[in-house]
Amino acid sequence: MAPIDVRLVGVTKRFGDTLAVDHIDLEVESGEFFSLLGPSGCGKTTTLRMIGGFEQPTEGRIELQGEDVTWLPPYRRNVNTVFQNYALFPHLNVYDNIAFGLRRRRVPEREIRARVAEMLRLVELTGFEKRRPSQISGGQAQRVALARALVNRPAVLLLDEPLGALDLKLRKQMQVELKRIQQEVGITFIYVTHDQEEAMTMSDRIAVMNRGRYEQLGDPESLYERPASRFVAGFLGVSNLLPAILDGTVGDYAVARLRDDTPVRIPRGQTAGLSRIEVGVRPEKIRLREPDEPVPDGHNTLTGVVRDASYMGVSTSYIVEIRGGARLTVYEQNVERATRSELWRPGEEVRLSWSPDHTFVVPVEDDRSSDEEVPAA
Amino acid sequence: MGTFLTRHRGMVPYLLLAPGLLWLAAFYVYPAFQMFISSFWSGTLETGFRFSLENWRTYPAALERYGEQFGRSILYALAATILTFLIAYPLAYTIAFRGGRAKNLLLFLVVAPFFTSFLLRTFAWKIILGDDGVVLGPLKDLGLLDPGFRLLATPIAVVSGITYNFLPFMTLPIYVSLEKIDRRLVEAAQDLYAGPWRPGGTIVGAVVGGGLFGLLGAIFAFDVLLMVGLGATAGAVVGTGFLSESFARVTFPLSLPGVFAGTLLVMIPALGDYVNAALLGNPSTTMIGNVIQTRFLVNADYPTASALSFILMAAILVVVTVYARLLGTENASAVRGI
Repeated sequence: MAPIDVRLVGVTKRFGDTLAVDHIDLEVESGEFFSLLGPSGCGKTTTLRMIGGFEQPTEGRIELQGEDVTWLPPYRRNVNTVFQNYALFPHLNVYDNIAFGLRRRRVPEREIRARVAEMLRLVELTGFEKRRPSQISGGQAQRVALARALVNRPAVLLLDEPLGALDLKLRKQMQVELKRIQQEVGITFIYVTHDQEEAMTMSDRIAVMNRGRYEQLGDPESLYERPASRFVAGFLGVSNLLPAILDGTVGDYAVARLRDDTPVRIPRGQTAGLSRIEVGVRPEKIRLREPDEPVPDGHNTLTGVVRDASYMGVSTSYIVEIRGGARLTVYEQNVERATRSELWRPGEEVRLSWSPDHTFVVPVEDDRSSDEEVPAA
Repeated sequence: MGTFLTRHRGMVPYLLLAPGLLWLAAFYVYPAFQMFISSFWSGTLETGFRFSLENWRTYPAALERYGEQFGRSILYALAATILTFLIAYPLAYTIAFRGGRAKNLLLFLVVAPFFTSFLLRTFAWKIILGDDGVVLGPLKDLGLLDPGFRLLATPIAVVSGITYNFLPFMTLPIYVSLEKIDRRLVEAAQDLYAGPWRPGGTIVGAVVGGGLFGLLGAIFAFDVLLMVGLGATAGAVVGTGFLSESFARVTFPLSLPGVFAGTLLVMIPALGDYVNAALLGNPSTTMIGNVIQTRFLVNADYPTASALSFILMAAILVVVTVYARLLGTENASAVRGI
């Protein structure tokens, strides 16, 4: 295992009566691209600001490469930040912006020149030295902000929604770019975002945060395929969740019964220690068939009526109402049914099926308020 | 009207400018021209005035006769500008960065004196600085000051009056430029290792403090060396304690447009001020504004008064141009990123 670059131990932050961050324990490994993902107000930015030294935790300890930095000011920490909206110094040109940190550390000018040039090459902005921040585009400013932080060779780079101000196309480009740069310099990145796709594309591991805590921590695949809570299932992508009761096992699978008694198979490991559950399945895992068409052996299957179909080019999104009234979202690639006339139509009866291995389980939470925060599934 | 404007869209800016231009033409350009003419007059009220280009000699004569008052005006205005800056910057900084909820109240307090007439406020200073007034009276009663000690009718009183009266003109522009600064820029500077400014802050504080106090000492005819020493010490202490590297590298440079505007707003009217010198000074603190006022209204010496006004205008123009070259345009545009 790689050494730990950042360690948070029981870190808590209160602003007056508000609990922004609630006893977080976290370990970020060296060289990792780590994301804090969550809706606004979940405490992700506050967590980042405490690592950067802009806020002090109310309780707990922050370690940087083994050293306790909880009470050190930002300028004494070997971390650098890429701020939301970049925070480039408007009175300095690109070169002086990037050289700012090195000058404060009294690095000789000759070395500064070499390191700034190297950074400009890395972010592909050679020749922009004399430009002012107002004379470059948003994407370029983004890269200057990155260069300004990376040139100091920090132990950890903190990024606070750095792509938030860019348009969609540029954002996608920068995601690839950021990942490339991170791999090239090998510095630990801690990345704050509310965009699940962004987090999934770039991260090695993601902590999904909600109300001051993280609900689940893992690599993108395990978060997506096996979300551990209703919130994670709803925040990362779209989930179909159906209340169910556990009822015995069949081979490697546990069996749960939906409200209308339909059995659903679930990989056995997931149900350990749970009683009241919801079973979940992602929309793209479900196949739609004619009601009388055979379904592969052992697959979970339901029947329902198509209520809505939205053609989206690559795929079509269906809303299917099953017995008992629950509505499921289903994505179908527009391959077998490619033209509009071939799509399923509202009112048609269909059979839904999916592999039991694609079924996941989340516990039913008693706390009502959490339901409100789940984006519509 | 509507159709006229839609057909002649290009006219709109001119129409919007028209009231201001007409105002300036009637109340600035015409009187200025009139004054220029009268500076070439000769004669008296009784005999009537006659225009002649020969009378250009009024200019060098006026300059020679009132050179002392000119010099004094420049020195007093300079001293007042420095003092307003030293008081206004920390004030504006505190309101902008630490004002919190009290921000609007504090700003109101800065402007509040304007609700009282300029003249009345200056009279109030006469009472405050009076020989047995609230400041000197108790000190004299305690025997800490010689009974003959005066503040009134000294350069200190005149400069204090100007400083007080023009303080809001310095505070507000500096406040505005500080208020505009994105707080994240300061955080970014700290993130990039801008910490306490040592020894830079101490050195800059000592040099600036020593220089400014020395200048004030020279103007008030104090012991210059003593003042330089005092200023350098105070500056070093303040610089060490209060000047951080993020202030020196980010906050202050970004507030320069406000400093530029504020110094001009104080310096220019202070150069032509005569109320403070008239109410708080004595004959040996007369400023050029007093001379112009007396020449115009008491002696009816219109040619000399007009010539002096024009020389003052030219002097201000030169000062402003030099100043703008040194600090204003370059830094102001640097901040805007042009």
